[in-house]
Amino acid sequence: MHLHQLSSGQSATIDRIEWNHLSDSEGQRLREFGVEEGADIEILHRAGLLGQGAIMCRIGRMSIAMRHNHADAIHVRQEHGQAGPNIAGPDMNADTPRILSQP
Amino acid sequence: MTPQPLIALVGNPNAGKSALFNALTGARQKLGNYPGVTVERKSGRLALSDGRPAELVDLPGTYSLTPTSPDEQVTRDVIIGKQQGERLPDALILVVDATNLENHLRFALEVLALGLPTIIALNMVDLAARDGLEISADALANALGVPVIPTVAVRKKGLEPLLEALTTHVDDKGVPDRPELKGLDFSARRAKARSLTRIAIIREAPSRRMTQAVDKVALHPVFGPIILLGLLFLMFQGVYAWSEAPIAMIEGWAEELANLATALTPDGYLRSFLVDGVINGVGSVVVFLPQILILFFFILMLEATGYMTRAAFLMDGLMAKIGLSGRAFIPLLSSFACAVPGIMATRSISDPKDRLTTILIAPLMTCSARLPVYAVTIGAFIPARSVGWGIGLQGLVLFGLYVTGIIGAMLAALLLRRTVTKGQSAGFLMEMPKYQWPRWQDIALGLWQRAIIFLKRAGGIIFISTIILWVLLSFPKPPAGSDMSPVDYSAAGRIANGLNVIMEPIGFNRDISLALVPAMAAREVAVSALATTYSIDAGDDEEKLEQSLGQRLKNSWSMPTALAFLAWFVFAPQCISTIAVTRRETNGWRWPAFMVGYLFLLAYIAAGITYWTAVALGL
Repeated sequence: MHLHQLSSGQSATIDRIEWNHLSDSEGQRLREFGVEEGADIEILHRAGLLGQGAIMCRIGRMSIAMRHNHADAIHVRQEHGQAGPNIAGPDMNADTPRILSQP
Repeated sequence: MTPQPLIALVGNPNAGKSALFNALTGARQKLGNYPGVTVERKSGRLALSDGRPAELVDLPGTYSLTPTSPDEQVTRDVIIGKQQGERLPDALILVVDATNLENHLRFALEVLALGLPTIIALNMVDLAARDGLEISADALANALGVPVIPTVAVRKKGLEPLLEALTTHVDDKGVPDRPELKGLDFSARRAKARSLTRIAIIREAPSRRMTQAVDKVALHPVFGPIILLGLLFLMFQGVYAWSEAPIAMIEGWAEELANLATALTPDGYLRSFLVDGVINGVGSVVVFLPQILILFFFILMLEATGYMTRAAFLMDGLMAKIGLSGRAFIPLLSSFACAVPGIMATRSISDPKDRLTTILIAPLMTCSARLPVYAVTIGAFIPARSVGWGIGLQGLVLFGLYVTGIIGAMLAALLLRRTVTKGQSAGFLMEMPKYQWPRWQDIALGLWQRAIIFLKRAGGIIFISTIILWVLLSFPKPPAGSDMSPVDYSAAGRIANGLNVIMEPIGFNRDISLALVPAMAAREVAVSALATTYSIDAGDDEEKLEQSLGQRLKNSWSMPTALAFLAWFVFAPQCISTIAVTRRETNGWRWPAFMVGYLFLLAYIAAGITYWTAVALGL
C-alpha cells in the first residue's frame, strides 16, 4: 500500500520507492533523510482538517515533512505485530536497492 | 608571517552548529557574503589552547556533499578548496547530533573521506541522555580514527577538550592540496554509518518523547492552526503595542538633536541640510528599529525553539494552492513588519523559482511603513462611526487594506508561477528538528546583529537617498520676485508637475504627485512631504496654518482621490530599501526592475479603478 494509506501512529517497512516519480533533488533529499527501501517509517501527523496537507513521518530518529505526491511514490508493507514505534529493527538490514519498477 | 589557521565548522542542519559557533567565538563575529553568491559568510575569532588565535568559519548546514542549493554548494566548495574568496581550511570541526547519530554519521563519513584534519564534536549529548541514549565517544573515535569530543554547545560543555584536540591537529601536515570527493558510494556509506551507530550506542530507548508530546498539541488538526493564529496575533500585537514607548523615545531624541543642530548652525543651507535632510530623513527610518527588533525577537524565538518548521508544515497546504511551499510562509510573515528582512529570510528557500516568487510578492504584505500613510488618510476621510457589533468603520477600512494586499499577493503568486517563474513546484520536504529551549545569549546576539545591519542600512542607502531628495527639493531656488513657490520651482517640483500628466487620470493632484517623489525613499515620507507642501501652500494665512494635516487633506482632496491614494499605497513599490535588497538578493537589476514595473502597474490600475468607481457611485 501507499505510505499515505497508513494510519497515524502505525509503523511499516518501506517496500518499494518509485524514484522515477520524484525529481532528482527530491529523491536525493529523501535518501539523505534515510528514506530507502527496507527502512522503517511511521506517520506521525497530517496537516489540514481534511488530511490533504503535508505529512510528517518518523524515519530512524528523524521527523520529516513531505507532501502527498512524495508519499504516493513510497510503497510500504506492514508486518505482523508492527504497530508501535521501534528503532533499528532486524528488518532494517535490507540495504540493497531493488530494481525500480514502472507504475 | 604565516596566516592564522582557518578552521571550518561543518555538519547537518539542526546539528547545533550555530550554537557551537556562538559558544566558541562569543560576540566576536563577522558577517559577510561570499563573492558572487548571496550566501552569508559567518566568521569569528577563537583562541586555541596554546593561546594562538585562529579564524573559525561557520559553513551552511548540508545533508551531503552533493549540493541542492547555493548554500550547500558553498559548504562543499570551501572544504574542497574551490570556493572563491576562501582558502582551504587547516582543520574541520564536524558537528554530529548525538540524538540522530546514524543520519549524521553518513555525512561525517563523506567529509572524513576528504582527508582533512578533522575533530568530531558529538553534540547534544544531554538531549541524547534525556532520550535514554547512551553513546561511547571512545568507541566511535576508535572506529573512525579521529578524536570524538562529547559537547553540549548550548551549555558550553566540552569546549576545552574540543579546543585541545583542535590545537594538536591544526598543524597536521597531511593536508591534501586539493581534497577530492571520493570514497564509498551512498548506500555503502549508509551501511557503514549504521554499523558504526551500533558500535557507538551502548543503550537506547524509543526516541524523542518530549518533542512528540509537544507535537501532539502543536500539530493537532484543530488546535495546531489555532495555536499558530494565536502566536501570530500575539506577534502583531507585540510589534504595534510594545513599540510605542521606544518609538516615542527615539522621536524625542531626534527632536532634541534637531533642536541642537538648529541652535548650533546659522539659518541657511547647512541647517536645512542637517535638520530637514539628515536628522528628519534618517530619523524617520530609525524609528522603525523597535518594531523590527520585536518582530525579529519573535522570529528568532520561533526558529530557535523549532516551532517555525511546524508553522511551515501547517501552512504548506494553503501555500501549495498559490504555487509556493510552506517555507515561503516565514519570509512573508516577516514582511508585515518590513519587506527588507522578509526578502533576506527567503534565503532558506532552496528552490530558486519558489524563492524568486516569494521575493516578488513580499512587498505586497502591508509593512509598518504604510501605517502612517493609512492612518492620516483614513482619519481624514473615513467617518469614525460604527458599522454594528462594535466594529468601527475606520478599523474595517484598515483591515480591508491589509486583506487587499494579501489577496493581491496570492493572485500575483498564481500569475507569476504560470508566467515568469514558471516551473515545477519544488514541493515541500524538510526535517522537523526537535524542540529546544534557546539560550537567551544566542537570541540577544541575533537581535544585536539585526540591529547593526538595519542601522548600517539607515546610515548608508537611506542617508544617501535623503541627501539626493533634499538637493532635488531645495534647488534650483526661484529668482527674487518670482510668484512660484520654492518647491514648485525646485527640480522635484518640476518632476512632480511632469508626473502629474500621468497621474491625473487616476484622480491624483499635483500635491500627491509631489509627495510620491520623496516617498520613493520610504513610504511614510509621503506624510511628511504632504505636510511640507501644504504648509508652504498656506503661506502666511494663519487660519490655514493652524489646521491639522487631516483637515487640509479634507479641504483639498475629494473622496475618490483619497480612496485612490489608499489603493495606490497597497501596491506601489515606494521604498528604495526594498528595491536595493531585491537587487542584492537576486544579483542584478533585472528582477528589481521587473518588480518595480509590475507593482507600479498594479498600483496604477488599482488606484484608477478605485477612483472611477468612487466617482461613478457619487462619493
